[in-house]
Amino acid sequence: MAEKITTTDNQYVLFKLDNEYYGIDILHVETIEKVMDITRVPHAAHYVEGVINLRGEVVPVINLRKRFNLPQEELNDESRIIIISVEEMVVGLLVDASSEVLHFDFDAIDEVPNFSDKLKNDYVKGIGKNEDRIIILLDLKKVLGNTDINEEM
Amino acid sequence: MDMNQYLEIFIEESKEHLENMNQSLLELENNHEEMSLVHEIFRIAHTLKGMSATMGFNKVANLTHEMENVLQSLRSNEIELSENIVDVLFECLDTLEGYINQIINSGEEGDFESDYLVKKLNQILQGEDESRNDTKEEISNSTEAINGDIHIEVEEFSKNVAVTAAAQGYNCYKMQVDLNPNCMLKSARAFIIFNTLEKDCEILKSNPPVEDIEDEKFDAGFELIIISKLDGETVRKKIMNISEVENVLIEEIDVTELNVQTEDIEIVDEEKTEDNKKDESNEKTSNKSKKPRLGKTVRVDIDRLDNLMNLVSELIITRSRLEDIDDSGKKHNMNEAIEYLGRITTSLHDAVMKVRMVPIERVFNRFPRMVRDLSKELGKEISLVMLGEETEVDRTVIDEIGDPLIHLIRNSIDHGIEEPETRKKHGKPEIGTVKLIAYPDGNSVVIEVEDDGQGINIEKVKAKAIKNGLITEEQAEIMDEKEAVNLLFKSGFSTADKISDISGRGVGLDVVKTKIEALGGLVEVKTSQSGSTFTIRLPLTLAIIQALLVNVGLEKYAIPLNSIKEIVTIDSKTIRKIQEQEVVLYRNTTLPILRMNKILQVDVDGQNEEDLIVVVVKKGDKTAGFVVDNLIGQQEIVIKSLGKYLLGIKAIAGATILGNGQVALIVDINSLF
Repeated sequence: MAEKITTTDNQYVLFKLDNEYYGIDILHVETIEKVMDITRVPHAAHYVEGVINLRGEVVPVINLRKRFNLPQEELNDESRIIIISVEEMVVGLLVDASSEVLHFDFDAIDEVPNFSDKLKNDYVKGIGKNEDRIIILLDLKKVLGNTDINEEM
Repeated sequence: MDMNQYLEIFIEESKEHLENMNQSLLELENNHEEMSLVHEIFRIAHTLKGMSATMGFNKVANLTHEMENVLQSLRSNEIELSENIVDVLFECLDTLEGYINQIINSGEEGDFESDYLVKKLNQILQGEDESRNDTKEEISNSTEAINGDIHIEVEEFSKNVAVTAAAQGYNCYKMQVDLNPNCMLKSARAFIIFNTLEKDCEILKSNPPVEDIEDEKFDAGFELIIISKLDGETVRKKIMNISEVENVLIEEIDVTELNVQTEDIEIVDEEKTEDNKKDESNEKTSNKSKKPRLGKTVRVDIDRLDNLMNLVSELIITRSRLEDIDDSGKKHNMNEAIEYLGRITTSLHDAVMKVRMVPIERVFNRFPRMVRDLSKELGKEISLVMLGEETEVDRTVIDEIGDPLIHLIRNSIDHGIEEPETRKKHGKPEIGTVKLIAYPDGNSVVIEVEDDGQGINIEKVKAKAIKNGLITEEQAEIMDEKEAVNLLFKSGFSTADKISDISGRGVGLDVVKTKIEALGGLVEVKTSQSGSTFTIRLPLTLAIIQALLVNVGLEKYAIPLNSIKEIVTIDSKTIRKIQEQEVVLYRNTTLPILRMNKILQVDVDGQNEEDLIVVVVKKGDKTAGFVVDNLIGQQEIVIKSLGKYLLGIKAIAGATILGNGQVALIVDINSLF
C-alpha cells in the first residue's frame, strides 16, 4: 500500500524559505507545529536550533535557513516547525511558513538541473512545477545527514 | 494456525529452560551421582520438545527428543553417566541455544544441522546397548507376537527400559486410549491423560508420537506403552475417570517376549531423521511468511502488579476528588488533594520501578558455563564465586551489562590468573578464584569482578601506551599508578601485539567503559600483586533520577544529584591559575574549577562576581567544582533521550521536561573531567 502512494500519489508538503518554495514527501511528515520554546543545545551542529517538547517527547529542531546558509530572519507568526520522521529519527524543521500540500504527477517533476547557487544539488531530489511556481523537492536523508554544506562549497 | 502470537512467550520460556538446563548440567558435571539433576534435565528437554513441536520448530523438537532418549537411559540406570555424555549434552545445549537465537533473529530455526549430535547421542545409546547385549540375549525371542487389538510396536530402546523396569518390580503395559469422537480439544485432553499417567507411570512410547499428539495430529485415540508399579486395572480406572475418554484398553506386556536387537535401532533412527528432514523442508517453506516481531518482556511478580493496580485506583479516586473540589471551590481541600496526589505518584513511581527490576541472576547465570569452558580451554583451574545474585537492577541494565561483564571475566581468567605452576611458585593456591559480587549501594548498584591473579603490570601498560602513542615518555615518568591503570580504558590502547582467542589485556576495555558510561555508570580498577578488581557502579534506575536544577546564564540545566558532593560559595579572589587551569584550595585539597558557561557555550558571562556558586562534583575519588550562576532547586526528573539525530552530543547526557513544559538539558558530569 505504502509503496503505491509514494510512486503514484506524489504528495508533498510545501514550505517557504527565503522566498523559495520547497517540498518534502508527505509520508515523512508527522505534524506541523507553531514555533514553541526551543532549548539551545551546546556542542550541536550550528544549524541545530535546539530541542523542543513535543507533547512529552524531546525533539531536535533544525533551522533550515542555517542549514542552507540563507540569511537569518526573526521568527514570526508564520514560522512553523515541520516534524518529520526519517529512518526512525524524529526531527523538526524550522521553516518560514507552511500551508499547503501539493500533488505532483510524474511529468511535473523534473530532474535536477546543475545549479551551483546556494543549494548543492545533493540535497535536492527533483524540481516540481506547479502553475508558475518552481518547487525544490528535498531529499530528507541528505538534509539530515552529517555532511556540512559549508564544507562542500 | 498462526503461532506468531505465541512466539514471544515461546522464546522467553525456552531461554529460561535452557538457562535452567545449563545450571543443572553444570551441577551434574560436578556431581555425577545426583539423579534428581538428570530428572530435571529430562523434564526440561521434554518441555522444550513439546513447546517447540507445537511451534513447528522441528529441529529443536528432534534434538530434544534424542536428548530425551539418552537422558531416559541415564534415568533408568541403563547407561552410566560419563564425562563424554555431559560434554555431548553441553553441545546439544549450545546447539539449542543457537536455534533459539536464530528464532529470535529471524523467526526461523536456520539451517544449522544437528545431525552429528543426533549421531553422537545415538552412539551413546548404542554403545551401551552393545555392552549389554550379552546379558540380555537370553531374554529374547519373537518380537512380533504382540497380540490383541493394540498394534503399538515396542522399539528396541523401550524394550531395554521395559526389561530393566521389570527387573525392578515394575509392570509393563500396552494401552489404547480412545477419546470421545466429539471431543473438542483432543490435544488438551491427551495432555491431561499424559499428566495423570505420569504421576504413577513412566510413558515409554506413544503412537502417534507425543509431538503429533500435541499438534492434534491424531484421530480419536492413541496407543501407549507404559511402565508402572500399579496394576493394569487401577491405571485403566484412573484414565476412565477423565471426562471425554471413551474407552481404555490395557494389557500387560510379557517382558520375556521382548527381543533386543541393536541393528534395528539404527534403522529406526535413520528413518526417523529422514522423516524429520522432510518435515523440515516442509517447515521451511511454510515458515517463510513468519516475521520476527519481538519486544522486550519482563516477568513480573503478580503482587507487584496488584500494588500497581491499587495505586492506579487511588489515582482515579483522587481525580474524582479533584473534580468535586471544583464545585465547592475550597482552597483547603485542593491542597489536601494535591498533597495526596503527590504521595500516590511517588508510590506509583516506586511501584513501576520495581516492576522493571530484575534480579541480576539472569546475567550471572551464564557465567559458570563460560568459566568452565574457559578454564578447560586454558588449562587453568578456576573457581567462580558469585555473590549477591538476588540484587535487582533495571531491565535495560540487564540487557546491556552482560557483554561488559563477559569481557571483564575473560580478562581476569586469561590475563589475571596465572598458570597453575606459576601460582604454586608464588605460594598461591593452584585453583584461581574469580569473584563476581553485586550489591546495592544507595541509589546505585555495584558489580565487582575480582580475581586473585597477578594483577596489572603498570610498567608494561605504560610501555605499551608509549608505543601506541597515547602518552609520551615524560608523561609516563610522572604518571602515578592510578592514572596508568586508567590507560587501559583508552581507546587505541589495545592494538595488542598478542591477540588471543579470549582476550588481550586491554582489548576492548575501552568498549566496556563506553558501554557502562552510556548506562550512566562508572568503571574503576584496583590492582596489586595479589589480583585486580574491576568495579562497575550503575544507577539503580535509568528513567527517573534526582537532579539539581541550576541556571547557567539564562538557561536551565540539570545536574544528577548522585554525582554532587556539595555546594559551596567561593571567593573569586582565591582562585589561582595553574597551567591555564583554575584551581582553588579547598579543605586542604586543590579543587579544579570549571566554568559551566564555557563548557556549555553560554554567551552571557555573569561569572566574574566576587562570590561564585560552585557545585562540587565527584567522580570516583576525583572532584571538581563547577561554577554556575544560580541554584534553582532539587527535583525528580524524567530522563529523555535527545533522539537519534543528536546522538553523542558532548557534555549532555539527555534532556528532561520541566513542570512548565520547557526542555532542560542534563549535564553529563562524568564526561567533563
